[in-house]
Amino acid sequence: MTSTLSEAEVMVIRQDFPILSTTVNGRPLTYLDSGATSQKPTVVLDAERRFYEERNSAVHRGAHTLAALATEEFEDARETVARFVGASAEEIVWTSNATEGINLVAYALSNASTAGPEYAALALGPGDEIVVTELEHHANLIPWQQLAQRTGATLRFIPVDDDGALASHEGIITERTRVVAFSHVSNVLGVINPVASLVAAAHAVGAIVVLDACQSAPHLPLDLHALNVDFAVFSGHKMLAPTGIGVLYGRRELLNALPPFLTGGSMITTVTMESAAFLPAPQRFEAGTQRVSQAIALATAVDYLSAIGMDRVAAHGTAMSERLLAGLRGIEGVRVLGDFGDRVGLASFEVAGIHAHDVGQFLDDRGIAVRVGHHCAQPLHRRLGLTSSTRASGSIYTTEAEIDLFLQGVADSRTFFGVTS
Amino acid sequence: MSSDDLQGLYQQLILDHYKNPHGRVTIESPTGESHQLNPTCGDEVTLSVRVTDGVVEAIGWEGHGCSISQASASLLSTLVESTTVDDAGVLLEEFRTAMRSRGTVELDEERFGDAIALNGVSRYVARVKCAMLPWVALEAALAG
Repeated sequence: MTSTLSEAEVMVIRQDFPILSTTVNGRPLTYLDSGATSQKPTVVLDAERRFYEERNSAVHRGAHTLAALATEEFEDARETVARFVGASAEEIVWTSNATEGINLVAYALSNASTAGPEYAALALGPGDEIVVTELEHHANLIPWQQLAQRTGATLRFIPVDDDGALASHEGIITERTRVVAFSHVSNVLGVINPVASLVAAAHAVGAIVVLDACQSAPHLPLDLHALNVDFAVFSGHKMLAPTGIGVLYGRRELLNALPPFLTGGSMITTVTMESAAFLPAPQRFEAGTQRVSQAIALATAVDYLSAIGMDRVAAHGTAMSERLLAGLRGIEGVRVLGDFGDRVGLASFEVAGIHAHDVGQFLDDRGIAVRVGHHCAQPLHRRLGLTSSTRASGSIYTTEAEIDLFLQGVADSRTFFGVTS
Repeated sequence: MSSDDLQGLYQQLILDHYKNPHGRVTIESPTGESHQLNPTCGDEVTLSVRVTDGVVEAIGWEGHGCSISQASASLLSTLVESTTVDDAGVLLEEFRTAMRSRGTVELDEERFGDAIALNGVSRYVARVKCAMLPWVALEAALAG
């Protein structure tokens, strides 16, 4: 079994994150909102700065030396990220974030419905069905609602039970299903979803699988070829990289069978006044000037994670999860959302009699940063009988002492708000 | 231990109004109603008024959310019941000014009574919208 990170190792890792030495409300920052966005190590910040100081120029354009060096670093970054997720470089499309990646696929699919016979195989229309789950982040729900509206296809979903567990997909993934989109790890429950069985069911009926890997890419070893998904998306800012950079993975033949979403410079071969021919993927989906420094910084973040080892990162997540859950279960009046299964170091919960905003405000007073609200998953919260919850989410820099501080804070909030029995 | 600021935000009066809200009733024959939702946190208030001859004769609300938004609705209903629509409008502007002042303008105790317990909110920029939610509903209900 892979060893988790020791408390001493985490303390060394923390030295790489300047923000973790700051104070909030006069208390040392306890950052437990990594599920929303992670903090960034100095090497990542330096990578972006170094690019601008030493390499800045336009990639895939011009023949001067600097442009060639910038292009080389930009494409090396693609190789690095591809390797990190078990893919090939030409299957990695840069986006600004996961939301843009999902929208890219959804819009490319609706473009396929109007772009002529060569794309007919991917066209959607009335009678076709798109399947999501009831626990999706809005980013993996609304683009599919909109795609259904544009094409006349029907959106269906796999429901969750009272505990938040996914029900069977039987009767929902059917011969009519064309797309199955779901998250690898729920951003609310922290539970790892059964990718293999959903992929098998989708592929058995010839449907395309789109995986939201936002909450898995930072925390678990990811092998997209082994998972056998058709598309996957994730955001750099949740995995130690800057904002503004994300990734769309697409199976090579599928990416090249899709019409483009955004069009313009850098994605074409021959252009006349009447028409244009497009480059193969990934350039076909990278119109306009790209996020070069951010892509290089993402590759640096990925190297940083790889140096620790994703197996150990995952083991640390499991240990965090166990400590979080054991602690929360022991506090009277606390209900953990999705208290089951294999998970990452993230837990959402409600405290009876105290609104999530008030729990969050109480913790903030102690320098503890958590997420409160619906976490962009209103349907899941509604299904669980809530409008909001409090979420604590850790990362490689999260210590056991921080989790204990957080747990003490949750317990004390009950005294403060007068809900102790 | 909690800081003095936090104690200032969550005065006992606010927690009391949260647990035992005032004016959380359905009124007969409303002349105006407004539903307000804070999309970032899901807090909701639906507020109804019955105005007769320029006077807020009855006020009632329904809602769910954090202690600040719900206590604010409760305190609002005690303040606005039986006032004229014009006076309610003035109270609304004074309340808005104080909440947006980042702690530089306090509510006048003579005019706001127990609602001055909400003074601490204005130092917490992220919570101002919680306190304002029922007041925005009042503004729309009186206009409608």
